[in-house]
Amino acid sequence: MANKRLVTTTINGEVFEFLCRPQQSLLEILRDELRLTGAKEGCNNGNCGACTVLLNGAPVNSCLVLAVEVDGAELQTVEGIACSGELHPLQQCFLEGAALQCGICTPGFLVAAKALLDENPAATEQEIRFTLAGNLCRCTGYDKIVRAIQAAGAQMQTATP
Amino acid sequence: MIDFEYEAPTTLENATELLASHAGKTAILAGGTDILVQLREGHRSVDLVVDVKNIPDLNTLNWSSETGLTLGASVACSRIFADPDVQQAYPAIVDSAQIIGGWQIQSRASIGGNLCNASPAADTIPGLMVHQAQCVIHGSRGARTIPVQDMCTGPGLNALQDDELLVELRLPAPAAQSSSAYERFIPRNEMDIAVAGAASWVQLDESKTQIVAARIALGAVAPTPVAAQEAADWLVGKPAVEDSFAQAGELAKQVASPISDMRGTKQYRVHLASVLTKRTLQRAAERAAS
Repeated sequence: MANKRLVTTTINGEVFEFLCRPQQSLLEILRDELRLTGAKEGCNNGNCGACTVLLNGAPVNSCLVLAVEVDGAELQTVEGIACSGELHPLQQCFLEGAALQCGICTPGFLVAAKALLDENPAATEQEIRFTLAGNLCRCTGYDKIVRAIQAAGAQMQTATP
Repeated sequence: MIDFEYEAPTTLENATELLASHAGKTAILAGGTDILVQLREGHRSVDLVVDVKNIPDLNTLNWSSETGLTLGASVACSRIFADPDVQQAYPAIVDSAQIIGGWQIQSRASIGGNLCNASPAADTIPGLMVHQAQCVIHGSRGARTIPVQDMCTGPGLNALQDDELLVELRLPAPAAQSSSAYERFIPRNEMDIAVAGAASWVQLDESKTQIVAARIALGAVAPTPVAAQEAADWLVGKPAVEDSFAQAGELAKQVASPISDMRGTKQYRVHLASVLTKRTLQRAAERAAS
């Protein structure tokens, strides 16, 4: 078996060090090694987006990133979305808009939607649906998710910077 | 349980040394969005994964109106389709790069990888073909260049030797009054693998009413992406109108030799090939005229 490698990475602003084998995915390390269980394994092959994290600011499927690849990188997971104990508008709108049922797709949606709204808080329904095509939900039918994202975007546009 | 070593060389020389030393038992890793799935599902077995994202030569994205585009093999789709020069000069490339998977895939997947992975249904290859891309390859014996249509040798098979890697793609600068388009048919709205795909490139005369030159390439309807030469040649001198495009579509579908599988029947794919050819010719002509 291949030897373990030492990886140093920053996650939600905090420096982490861990050992991993080359074949282990970032998702596996986040959940099993670092106990950051927000990212979920929905398919393990890049189809469902439940494992979405931000890698150097870009949304990626952590199941398709080898843990060794993030040495020196900056990651953001769902655990880092709330700020100083305050829910992010997206989280608030998801709750108030009942934009989840079982919740397994929710962390992935929150991370991807945050990346979208940070770029374009005025994203239209069409843009939201197209940009988040990589996030699948089996429960809700997407409608409440899209509305919650739009509501959060509206809040983010009027909030003081 | 899959098991492999991992190296991330920072020079072409190191990369070719690694590839040569584990001859035939390596996988080259750029975005990894298909390779990692193949490794995990046991379709491939390797001793060493060579990550080529840290080699500067594979991360270039340079354009000039004289020399055209130089695109490093590791450059992610999201960087490619956001580039204004690429948007202007190679719309078919942008069309395809924007619809591979979703955002999470596009943040990592590269066009070089899409090409070398050699899926018959690869979205970016038809566009590379109609834009006459050249593949710059590096190996132990030095560099060589092959036209993009020679890269895919069969489903999932490419022309690289064991010690070679794709460094970059070179696309010539587009001619005046020319443009391109790519379209695929999928059962859902996003995320699917193409049931059939077509890229067209059209050059119009100065009056923008007549076709001076054309190129057509079809995806997902043969063991490799395939050029529809006869249809493209037929278009020369024809008016840039719907009827011409429709007739070209009928000719183009003759090069399609698809299989029937869970995504579609042979007959349906042949039909799709003609429709997508017509539509992409139309779109390319509209873009060329604007």
